[in-house]
Amino acid sequence: MAAEEKKEYWRWQENCWIDESKDWRTAKIITAGIDVGSVSSQAVICVDGEIFGYNSMRTGNNSPDSATNAINGVLDKAGMKLSDVTYVIGTGYGRVNVPFAHKAITEIACHARGANYMGGSTVRTILDMGGQDCKAIHCDEKGKVTNFLMNDKCAAGTGRGMEVIADLMQIPIAELGARSFDVDIEPEAVSSTCVVFAKSEALGLLKSGYTKNKVIAAYCQAMAERVVSLITRIGVENDFFITGGIAKNPGVVKRIERLLGTTAVQTKYDSQIAGALGAALFGYTLMQKQAATKVAVAA
Amino acid sequence: MIANYGYKDGSGEYYISIDTDQCIVCTAGRACLTACPKEMFEPMTDDYDDEVIAVKAPFRRTLAYDCADCKPSSGYTDLPCTKACTPGAIKHSW
Repeated sequence: MAAEEKKEYWRWQENCWIDESKDWRTAKIITAGIDVGSVSSQAVICVDGEIFGYNSMRTGNNSPDSATNAINGVLDKAGMKLSDVTYVIGTGYGRVNVPFAHKAITEIACHARGANYMGGSTVRTILDMGGQDCKAIHCDEKGKVTNFLMNDKCAAGTGRGMEVIADLMQIPIAELGARSFDVDIEPEAVSSTCVVFAKSEALGLLKSGYTKNKVIAAYCQAMAERVVSLITRIGVENDFFITGGIAKNPGVVKRIERLLGTTAVQTKYDSQIAGALGAALFGYTLMQKQAATKVAVAA
Repeated sequence: MIANYGYKDGSGEYYISIDTDQCIVCTAGRACLTACPKEMFEPMTDDYDDEVIAVKAPFRRTLAYDCADCKPSSGYTDLPCTKACTPGAIKHSW
């Protein structure tokens, strides 16, 4: 009997993209940002302060290798070498373990800077729903952080929690959001604040007659309520922007918007690259400052 | 910048908020560093190259327990850290 193939319902789409309309060979400053998160790693390349390409993939069990794989993916696609990049900044959970980075900056500052680029200078409140933590950030018109808080104590309200539910329900993670709306009545949120207990509660709901869609809706609502309680602590000022993998889950995003009474700004870019993009933009600013200092000294 | 260190769990919200703009021009001589009996605070250079005060990483997930000895139930009428920070940059959420 052939072994049954184990389907990985939690596996999300990895992504590599290059802006074919830009020619990196004519750029003056090429910078890269590497965001090594607990679940996903991203590399973004900017040419003269504009996004040129990115790679988003799952983090392995080794931060330096994850960083190297992420940057190699986008470099290969662009026909570049690492030596073509002027400056590299590491960010995220594994930021100090990026072997080729010149500097490390926290993901809080980088997400604010990235959201400022992706959502525009009117973005003031950012919710980063990462793999294993959740951050609420307030920033000014330049993307500088003015207030932040982070919750990384448990996996409830994070991407990892959603992966666990996808596996439990045996539904691909990309379908969870849409399916959460396919319910006759919006259920109460699951009550557990811990993903392990939420999993047990979800099983209990299934046994009590809930459909899978209804359980998913209850979990999406719980996740939304959890992050909204975090973000209201720093206050919500429009425009509002969501970064991280959960931003791709409409089941959570729409419920957050409903609870906050606002709409999140849409972006054409992958919401997961905000941290790496911010890091690359920080690198560009640093290079510009260094060049200006050299000119001043020479004069 | 207001930096909130701490967490929310099933038992409540435990955050120490630090107004780092006040840390940059600290008029209390960084008294918080020695006022905390558990030495939970440390100076650090933030992402914008300003020297500010932060809660040390190992304490950020255990504040409810680490600060318990300084709360009114343990005999203190004022928290040593907030009392030492005369500009009022440090606040507890609970």
